Amino acid sequence: MRRNHVEPRAARRGAYAVHALFAVTLIATACPTLATTVGAAEENVVEISIKDHKFEPAEIKIPADQAIKIAVKNLDPTAEEVESGDLGFEKIIAGNSDAIIRLKPQKPGTYLFYGEYHTDTALGHFVVE
Amino acid sequence: MFAALVIVFREVLEAGLIIGVVLAASRGVHGRNGAVFLGVVGGIAASIVVAAFAAQISNAFDGRGQELFSAAVLIVAVMMLAWHVVWMAEHAREMTRDLKKLGSDVAAGAQSLMALSLAVGLAVMREGSEVVLFMTGIVMQGNDTAMSLLTGSGLGLLLGAAASAVLYLSLAALPLKRLFSVTGILVTLVAAGLAASAVKDLSNAGLLNVFDGPLWDTSWLLSQSSWLGRVLHVLVGYMDRPTGMELLAYAGTVLTIFGLAYARREPPKAAAQASLRS
Repeated sequence: MRRNHVEPRAARRGAYAVHALFAVTLIATACPTLATTVGAAEENVVEISIKDHKFEPAEIKIPADQAIKIAVKNLDPTAEEVESGDLGFEKIIAGNSDAIIRLKPQKPGTYLFYGEYHTDTALGHFVVE
Repeated sequence: MFAALVIVFREVLEAGLIIGVVLAASRGVHGRNGAVFLGVVGGIAASIVVAAFAAQISNAFDGRGQELFSAAVLIVAVMMLAWHVVWMAEHAREMTRDLKKLGSDVAAGAQSLMALSLAVGLAVMREGSEVVLFMTGIVMQGNDTAMSLLTGSGLGLLLGAAASAVLYLSLAALPLKRLFSVTGILVTLVAAGLAASAVKDLSNAGLLNVFDGPLWDTSWLLSQSSWLGRVLHVLVGYMDRPTGMELLAYAGTVLTIFGLAYARREPPKAAAQASLRS
């Protein structure tokens, strides 16, 4: 039984160490890319607003193979969650607030997005060409 | 009303599945009910705070705040779950042998419970903040439809809790020895899925640009937004369009946890000797 006194503490230290290593590796991978991103040229900005649970504009044309910054303005007093399975983002926007969604460069095509709290009216899509 | 039911059901299910797995994984650990309950209550309180500060969090770091916050929460949850799996690997045999007391490991058991409590709290906070924001919106709109939306939300909450209970009861029906190995694997896969989600958040924040293109697309086979897709996303980290980095995080988490658990497991010989002595 005495052996078990020592083991759990050592195990915790071991677990901490490996997880710290894992986290450091992840961050170390991110750092060089962070440096290039922050130093990157100004991002292409597209503006979308949410009014009466609808996106305006609902269809947005953007150029292919370019990173895009989407500035969403929620003009409704209630929150919305803007989501896209095609583009892989989920963003909660409180009422009367703004939020930023960053899109990676995309291949040509049509990509749908929607407001999760109002899927009957809040529908939009990007046309990438 | 149906729309509200679906939305709340989905969020409650996503947290509830994790709670169900954690409850099953900690069966036999003293004080586990209190720890999980504390986690749920703490998570609800935290989700109200997060919902209240949603705009400030989101706008931090040039609009990256929500992704960074989410990634940080997920990474902490991964570490808590990993800790639990490793702890169980050390003590499962002992607990199978004698459920009534953990002997001198009560203290270590308490710390493992704290890890579980935190993991549960974080899961509830993540999904709960979305529910709080959604329901605040309903209440603010304050017209006739508010009542039916609130009813729908309440039903969604109950259904989500019921579905999670089904998962828990199915797991709890397993014989103890089988239970620990099955839940050990499940918790590891849940953690791996959370790690991949953290990577996705970092990528969406624009902080991770390596290996960030989707490697395959199985959304035609099983969409991640379908019901089964969502359940599998929570339970085993199913992704329909995973990037290289997400897969690396997933595999890395599985290997790290299994490696640690294997290294720290209670050797069968020592367990046999201990049971002879007691």
